[in-house]
Amino acid sequence: MIFDIKHFSIHDGPGIRTTVFLKGCPLSCWWCHNPESQRFFREKLYTVGRCIGCMECLAACPTHALSETEIGLFTDPEKCLRCGACSDVCLAEACEMAGRELTVNQVMDEIEKDRAFFDESGGGATFSGGEPLIQPDFLLALLKACKDCRIHTVVDTSGFSAWNVLDSIRHHVDIFLFDLKLMDDEKHRLFTGVSNRRILRNLQALSSGGHRVRIRIPIIPGITDDDDNVVAIGVFAAGLPTAPPIDLLPYHHFAAAKYERLARAYPFQDMRPPMADVMNRLAERLCSMGLAVHLERS
Amino acid sequence: MTISERVSQLREQSLNTKPVLSSERAALMTEFYRMDSAPMSIPVRRAKAFQYLMEHKGICIMDGELIVGEKGPFPKATPTYPELCCHSLSDLEILDSREKIPFSVSPEARAAYQVNIIPFWQGNSLRDMIFSEMTSEWKAAYEAGIFTEFMEQRAPGHTVLDDKIYHKGFLEFRQDIQSALGRLDYLNDPRAYDRQQELKAMEICVDALIRFSHRHAQKARELADRETRPQRKAELERIVDICMHVPANPPRNFHEALQYYWFVHLGVTTELNTWDAFDPGRLDQHLYPFYRKGIDSGALTRDMAEELLQCFWIKFNNQPAPPKVGVTAAESGTYTDFAQINVGGMKPDGSDGVNDVSYLLLDVIEDMRLLQPSSSIQVSKKSPDRFIQRAARIIRTGFGQPSIFNADLIVQQLLRQGKTLDDARRGGSSGCVEVGAFGKESYNLTGYFNMPKVLEITLHNGIDPRTGQKIGIETGHPEQFAEFDNLFQAFVRQMNHFVDIKVRGNNVIERIYARYMPAPFLSLLIDDCIATGMDYHDGGARYNTTYIQGVGLGSMTDMMSAIRHHIYDRKTLSMTALLAALADNFSGQDRTRLMLLNKTPRYGNDDDDADNIMKSIFEAYFQAIDGRKNTKNGAYHINLLPTTCHVYFGSVTGATPDGRRAGEPLSEGISPVQGADRKGPTAVLKSAAKMDHVRTGGTLLNQKFTPQLLKTDTDLNRLVQLVRTYFKLDGHHIQFNVADAATLCAAQQHPEKYRDLIVRVAGYSDYFCDLSQALQEEIIARTEHSDF
Repeated sequence: MIFDIKHFSIHDGPGIRTTVFLKGCPLSCWWCHNPESQRFFREKLYTVGRCIGCMECLAACPTHALSETEIGLFTDPEKCLRCGACSDVCLAEACEMAGRELTVNQVMDEIEKDRAFFDESGGGATFSGGEPLIQPDFLLALLKACKDCRIHTVVDTSGFSAWNVLDSIRHHVDIFLFDLKLMDDEKHRLFTGVSNRRILRNLQALSSGGHRVRIRIPIIPGITDDDDNVVAIGVFAAGLPTAPPIDLLPYHHFAAAKYERLARAYPFQDMRPPMADVMNRLAERLCSMGLAVHLERS
Repeated sequence: MTISERVSQLREQSLNTKPVLSSERAALMTEFYRMDSAPMSIPVRRAKAFQYLMEHKGICIMDGELIVGEKGPFPKATPTYPELCCHSLSDLEILDSREKIPFSVSPEARAAYQVNIIPFWQGNSLRDMIFSEMTSEWKAAYEAGIFTEFMEQRAPGHTVLDDKIYHKGFLEFRQDIQSALGRLDYLNDPRAYDRQQELKAMEICVDALIRFSHRHAQKARELADRETRPQRKAELERIVDICMHVPANPPRNFHEALQYYWFVHLGVTTELNTWDAFDPGRLDQHLYPFYRKGIDSGALTRDMAEELLQCFWIKFNNQPAPPKVGVTAAESGTYTDFAQINVGGMKPDGSDGVNDVSYLLLDVIEDMRLLQPSSSIQVSKKSPDRFIQRAARIIRTGFGQPSIFNADLIVQQLLRQGKTLDDARRGGSSGCVEVGAFGKESYNLTGYFNMPKVLEITLHNGIDPRTGQKIGIETGHPEQFAEFDNLFQAFVRQMNHFVDIKVRGNNVIERIYARYMPAPFLSLLIDDCIATGMDYHDGGARYNTTYIQGVGLGSMTDMMSAIRHHIYDRKTLSMTALLAALADNFSGQDRTRLMLLNKTPRYGNDDDDADNIMKSIFEAYFQAIDGRKNTKNGAYHINLLPTTCHVYFGSVTGATPDGRRAGEPLSEGISPVQGADRKGPTAVLKSAAKMDHVRTGGTLLNQKFTPQLLKTDTDLNRLVQLVRTYFKLDGHHIQFNVADAATLCAAQQHPEKYRDLIVRVAGYSDYFCDLSQALQEEIIARTEHSDF
C-alpha cells in the first residue's frame, strides 16, 4: 500500500526523481512530517476549506459515522470503517483517503513516465515512507522491476527492520538514505517509540557490505539538536567501515495542516525550525570530524 | 561590474519618466501630406514622408548618453501613426486618465490633435479603410471575440534583423538599389515600373537615415562646443565621429555597431508602428567580432563593452509601445513592444554559438532589470550547461527573463516551413515565441483565435449565447450527437468556418497594406526586397508567413475531455443538463461544477486520456490553418501563444464544460488550465511535449516556481535538466515565473511597494502592478510548483 507518488522530487537522492511513499511505519516520531504515512491502513483526510457543505457524504456513509458541525464535518473514529465511501462522493475533494493498493505494474507505469528526466539528470526512483521495509515483498518486487528497467534506486529508511529484509533488497538498491535520529537509546525509545539498537546494527551491516549510504539527521530543536547527540552520531559514522556523508535536515512546520486534516493532535504546534547558526554549528562539528556534511535548506 | 554613475542615472531616468503621448510625428505627417500633393507613386510618397520625418523631427541627446537617438522628442515620448489609425479626443482623454498604462497628453498635444491632426485624418486612416472593407460576418465574429485583428491599427512588420548591417553601410545598400534599378527589364517585365518606384523609394529612405544620423552628429557637435567637462566633451566628440560614420559606412568597432543598429531601429519603428518586436536578433554573434577585435587591440575592455550595452538596453526601455486607438478605459495592454534579444544558440555552421558576449549580455540583463528589451536564451544540445545555469541564476531572481528556447527545434520548424538550412540556423525567436528567418522573412501575426468560443458556439448550433446572435454555421443540436466524435466533428466544421472568415479578411487587409502602406525603409533591410524591387508588404521578402495564434488549448482539452468523460463515457451527466448548467453559469450547481473540475482527466498531468484529446484539437487547428496560401506567395502557419488575449477571450466566453465560470480567463499558451496540473512540472512538460511542436511556428509554456525551489546550485541544475529534457522531447519554449503567491498578493495590496516587481506574463514580462486585476489574479492562480 502506498500513500503517494511524487514527481520531480529533487531532494531525495541524485537527479530528478520520482518518490514512492509506502504507507505504514513501526516508529512514531513525535515530529513526523508525514503523519498520514504512519499507520498501516487507509486513513481519511478532511480539508475543511474545500468542503462546500453539500453533505452528500452523510448519506453515503454506511455506518453513519459522519455528522455536520459548525466547523465542518466530524468523523466518528469509532464508527468509521475507512471504506472511502465519503471520498467517492466528495466532488470537492474535501474528503480524501490516504492509502491505496497498487500493483507493482501500476507503480512502475507511474515511475516510467519520468524516464526521460531520469536519463537527463541521473535520477531515478526513491522508495520512502512510512517505512518502506515494512512491506518487504512489495518493495523487493519494485526494486527488482526498477533494476530490470535500469532505473536508479534509492531507499529512504529508518533502518528499523529485521536484517533479513534488508539483506534481501540491498543488492537492488543504489543508495540508502538512512535516518539516524538519536544515539541515546532511552531518548530514542521516548521520541520514536522503538529502540535504536537494531537500527545501528543494520547501519553497521550495510556499511560493512560496501553499500552506499547517506546518513540523514533530522534536527529537531530541543530533541536531536544538541551537540552531544550530533557528535555521537558523527563518532558512530566515522567508525563505520566507510564513513558515510551526512545530511542535516532541519525541522519544518509544514506538517501542522496535515495533522489537522487527519483530525489528530500535533504535539509540536509551537515548535519553530532550528536557527541557521545552530545548523551551521552542527555542520561544522561534523566536518571537523572529517565527515562530509550536506546542509539541507529549510 | 558595478553600474556606473552615468548608467545608473540614465536607467533611473528611464524608469521614472512617465510615458507621454507625443504629437510630433502625427503633426509632421499631417504637414507633409497637406503640402505634398504632386502626383507620385505611393511608395515614393511614403519614402518622402519618411524623409520628412527624419529631416524635421527633434534630435534628442541626453546628458551622459553614449548611444543616441529617440523615437520621440525625448525618452518615453511616444509617437502616434494617424495615417494608420487616428486617436480621437476621447481616446486621448482615456489614455491620459486611465489607471493602468497611462500616457499623459499635454494641452499642446491635445490642441494639435483637435486643430490639425484629427480634422485631416479622421475617416481617412488605413484603419477606416480596413473596417469599411470587412464583411458583416467578419465584423460579427470579430465583435463576438472569435478572433482579433493585429493589422487594424499596427502595421505588419513582424521581423528581426540579421547580420547584414554589421558589414555593410547604407552607401552600399544604395549601390545595391542602383544596380537593381539597372537590371530592370522594361521590355519583358510588366511590373518593371512598379519595381522602379519601390527601389527609388528605398533609395530615398537610405538618404533619409544617413541625414538623420548627420543631424545627430550636428547636435552632438553643438553640445560638445558648449561642454565644459572635458570627459563629456570628449564623449560628445566621439559621438560626432560615430554619427558621421554610421550608418553610411560599415561599423568599425563595438560602439559603432550598436549605434548603427539603433539608428536602423529608430528608422523601422518611425516609418510604421510595426507590430512589433523589431530587434537585432542574435546580438551576441553579431557583436562578437567587434568585441574580440576591441579586446585584442586593447581599444575595448569588458567593462566598456558592458557599459555600452547597458546604454543600449536603456534605449529600448525608453520606447513604450504605441498607444492604441479606440480604447476603452478597461483596456490597457502593455508598455512593452516585444523586442526579444536572442542569446546563445548556434552558428550558421551548426556549431555552438555561445561566446563571451553571450555571458556579457546575461550580465547586462541581470544588472539592468528593465522591461525592455526582452531577452531569451537559445539552447541547443551543444550549448554548455554553464550557459543555462548562468541564465537560470537570473531567472531565479524572479524577473521573468530570460525565457528559454530550443534552438535545435527552431531549425526544424524553419526547415519544415521551407527555409534553407543556412537561413534556418540564422533565424530564431522573436516577439513572444514566434520563429522566423531573421533578415529574410516577413512573418506576420495577424490575430488570436479563440478556440473555446468556437466550442461554445458549436454547443449552441451556431449561436453566440452571449448575444443571441447567429454568427456561426448550423452544425446540429448537441443533444442529438450520439457519439463524442459527432460533437468533435461539429466543432471542427465550426472552426474551419471561422478560420475561413479570418483568412478572407486577412487577404484583403494584407493587400491594403501592400497597396497603400508600403514600407520602403523596412524593405531595404530585408532580403530579397532590393533584389526583387518589391515591398516587404507585397511579397518582397525571401519568405512570407502569416500566422494565426491559437488560444486556449488547455481549456479546450479539458472542455472536450469533460464532455467525453461525463456525457459519453460515464454518462454521469446529460448534454441537456450540461447546457442548462452552463446557461446558469453553474449557479446553484456547485456539485456539477466540481465534478467537471475535479473528476475529469485534465491536460497537464501526463495522462493520455486527456492528452490525446489535446493532440486531436491541435491537429484540427493545424489542419484548419497550416499551408493555406497568403497574398505574398507564402503560407499560413500556426502558433500557440496568447500574450494577454486569454483574459479578453475569457471575458467574452460564457461558462464552459471544464467547470470554468463565465468571464474567467482561458488557459494561456500551451500551459494547462490554471490549477489543473496536479502532478508537478515533469507531468506538465510531458503533456505539453505530446503535441508536434515542429509543425508550429512557436508555442508558449509558462511554469511558475516558488523561489524556495531554486535556492541552491543543485536546484538550478535540476532546472537545467528539466529544460534539457523538455527540449529533448522537442518542446519549443519554456519560461519561469519565480515569485511566491504571498509576494504577488502583497503587491496587489500595496502596489506602491512593488513597483519594480516584474513577472512573466506570456511571452514577455511586465510590471505586475501594471497588469489588470484579472490578469493579476490569473498569475497568482497559476499552479505554483512547490517542492516535495
